[in-house]
Amino acid sequence: MKRLISGSALLPILSFALAMLIGGLLIAFSDAKVLALRSEPWEMVKAGAATAWNAYVALFEGAFYDPNLARQGGGQGFYPISETLVVAAPLILAGLSVALAFRAGLFNIGAQGQFIFGAIGASYIGFTYELPPIVHITVATLFGVFIAGIYGGIVGLLKAKTGAHEVIVTIMLNYVASYLLLWLLKTEAFLREGRNDPIAPDILESAQLPKILGSEFRISVAILISLLVAWLIAFLLNKTTLGFRFRAVGANAAAARTAGMSVAFVTTSVMIVAGALAGLGGALNVLGGEYALTVGIAGSFGFDAITVALLGRAKPLGVVLSAFLFASLRVGGQMMQAKTDTPLDLVLVIQALIILFIAAPALVKALFRLKNINASSGMAAKGWNG
Amino acid sequence: MAKISNLTPAQRRTRRGIYTLGIFTLLASIPFIFLAKDPANVTYGFVLRDEWVLINEWIINSRTAAIIFISLAALSTIASYIFFTKGKKVGAFSFIGAFSLLMAFLSWAAKGSFIPLTGVLQGALLLAVPLIFGAMAGVICERSGVINIAIEGQLLAAAFAAGVVASLTQSTTWGLIVAPFAGALISLILATFAIKYQIDQVILGFVINVLVIGLTGFLYKKLLIPYQDTWNSGPILSPIEIPLLSKLPIIGPVLFKQTIIVYLMYLAVGLTHYYLFKTRWGLRTRAVGEHPTAADSVGIKVNALRFRNVIIAGAVAGLGGAYFTVGAVGMFGKEMTAGKGFIALAALIFGRWSPKGAVAAALLFGFADNLQVVLSIIGTAIPSEFLLMVPYIATIIAVSGFVGKVRAPAADGIPYTRGSH
Repeated sequence: MKRLISGSALLPILSFALAMLIGGLLIAFSDAKVLALRSEPWEMVKAGAATAWNAYVALFEGAFYDPNLARQGGGQGFYPISETLVVAAPLILAGLSVALAFRAGLFNIGAQGQFIFGAIGASYIGFTYELPPIVHITVATLFGVFIAGIYGGIVGLLKAKTGAHEVIVTIMLNYVASYLLLWLLKTEAFLREGRNDPIAPDILESAQLPKILGSEFRISVAILISLLVAWLIAFLLNKTTLGFRFRAVGANAAAARTAGMSVAFVTTSVMIVAGALAGLGGALNVLGGEYALTVGIAGSFGFDAITVALLGRAKPLGVVLSAFLFASLRVGGQMMQAKTDTPLDLVLVIQALIILFIAAPALVKALFRLKNINASSGMAAKGWNG
Repeated sequence: MAKISNLTPAQRRTRRGIYTLGIFTLLASIPFIFLAKDPANVTYGFVLRDEWVLINEWIINSRTAAIIFISLAALSTIASYIFFTKGKKVGAFSFIGAFSLLMAFLSWAAKGSFIPLTGVLQGALLLAVPLIFGAMAGVICERSGVINIAIEGQLLAAAFAAGVVASLTQSTTWGLIVAPFAGALISLILATFAIKYQIDQVILGFVINVLVIGLTGFLYKKLLIPYQDTWNSGPILSPIEIPLLSKLPIIGPVLFKQTIIVYLMYLAVGLTHYYLFKTRWGLRTRAVGEHPTAADSVGIKVNALRFRNVIIAGAVAGLGGAYFTVGAVGMFGKEMTAGKGFIALAALIFGRWSPKGAVAAALLFGFADNLQVVLSIIGTAIPSEFLLMVPYIATIIAVSGFVGKVRAPAADGIPYTRGSH
């Protein structure tokens, strides 16, 4: 886990390129029209390359700039990138949650559950109470952050007091949170009037985050908040005593203990902060993007967050950049699916491949015959009992 | 038995587990006995079809039934304490205790209704099939020192492969043959990256799951939906009735009127237990999982053995994956394993990394899962979501040290390099 943090930028870039290449092959050779050309290998290769290229062009247009929409004027061509930023905001926060835990030597698989808790809390305040605008946003967000922080803190406390492995506990808590959400959406308090399907009432206008580019774009202050929080986390980690303790425990828990730090305190507080961060992601997602709590409110944010933290090498800036990358893959993937009939699931394959390649630098090194890359694994292993 | 002050940590945890069972029994008596309002009759049906009849129906007042089962749980708590002080194993009593508590709950929740108990048990066993295969895969992997979070991926990949091949060949046999290979292929990725590149195995397992979910989802939409007739319309295995045994009352139709996958599961459990504890391979495997340096010093090839075991584990999980398609519905569905691999992981941990314990845990989880199905049909005050949480919360309680000894093999998850330990 330690060496996860070090390493050059070359490796992520090569890993990304390699993953996109394999993804392209997958697109090409699962296409019926391409496979029909089996008798003419050269034609088949050309058709395959064209198919993959078209899919990736659609992905790019869907994530950043769409020339077709641009013709409508009013900056509509940039609608895709605004959507990418809408998705990136919660992803940055969830990614920071996982990354911060990594830095303290903990693997927070539970961002998904904490994200759900944040969304539940924020949504409940957001549609139940009528409060003045700014106060409403603040209270709703803080309540979501608060209960998500507790949910994360449970993990840290159990780890500190009983040695329960955080990975096992967080996996289990994710399921508990999903079922809790399913149940809540059937209860009186969360059921939308006149609806039987699981959807909570809309967030009141006073609790909706202000939009920053007018009503035509969904983009809100959420992205600014998440960038600010990323900066705060960088500050926390690098400039404060608490951050130093986090890193010290992550680097060598035994040494930190010898130096007089309370590992139990650090474990618990890291998980509280990590839970709060993921919860903030959930809160902003419901207050500044979805505007209503649904079963799928967390989507795959909590799980994408893990790949974001790994690709970003558990550093706040890295997290911001990789969250933006994965958000663009997600958003562009929708367009790719609609336009070129390439399933969105390809994005998952690409994500997984990127992490596999980054995790095994020796493999990438051998493939590209590189010499000057640190060949040690980026993600050194630790056991269940440690 | 030594004095209390001389207890080993493991014994102290076992004792804490017994106390926990006792506390749960006491707590359960409050809602199910003392607070239970207007008790009514519950009818348990014991006959499914044409098996020999021992007892046809059992009609009992719901409160009386709850009292009986809570007492049974209390008795098994006491029995396990007595066995504990004599230094004997208490696992069987814990299982009976937990099962009794679930039955007390069922009696309370199903008042005024008819419960076909044989059918409920049969359904519970079927729901436990992928869990048991997955947990056995986990046992083999983790006992040799490699963490297997990728059970979900192994199940899903095998379900996909079995479904597609069975559909293309219109033969369940080919589906069954291919499934272990698909599971083993996923294991090959796990073994290569975990043992050769020494990546953190938790991260690795997680990434493999994402990869398999992505790949199967991609191919499902690209091939299985548009060309459903050829690619995704596989046949289903039919149950095989074992003569005489299937006629036994109650347990006959539950255990001996199943598809071949279930019989393979009995075999897998038996073989895992036998090989792990009675053969040289098992001794070496456990040595490699607990103390690889010592194993190496007596000439065991640590990494080669681990590599082989991870592949075997994948094949075992693959059979469990086949259950989803050729064993149950025939057609493959996107993400159809729906987190069963993680419940299998939970069963493995709850069962303390032992084959017998994992099977017991998987059966309890399968039973709880099926109760949720049954109760949603008859309609009850308890939301089904809470029953679905049972395996997960039980596991958290287990790893927090409240339910006896929960400790992974000492070298589980730690790659071995000669000379570095």
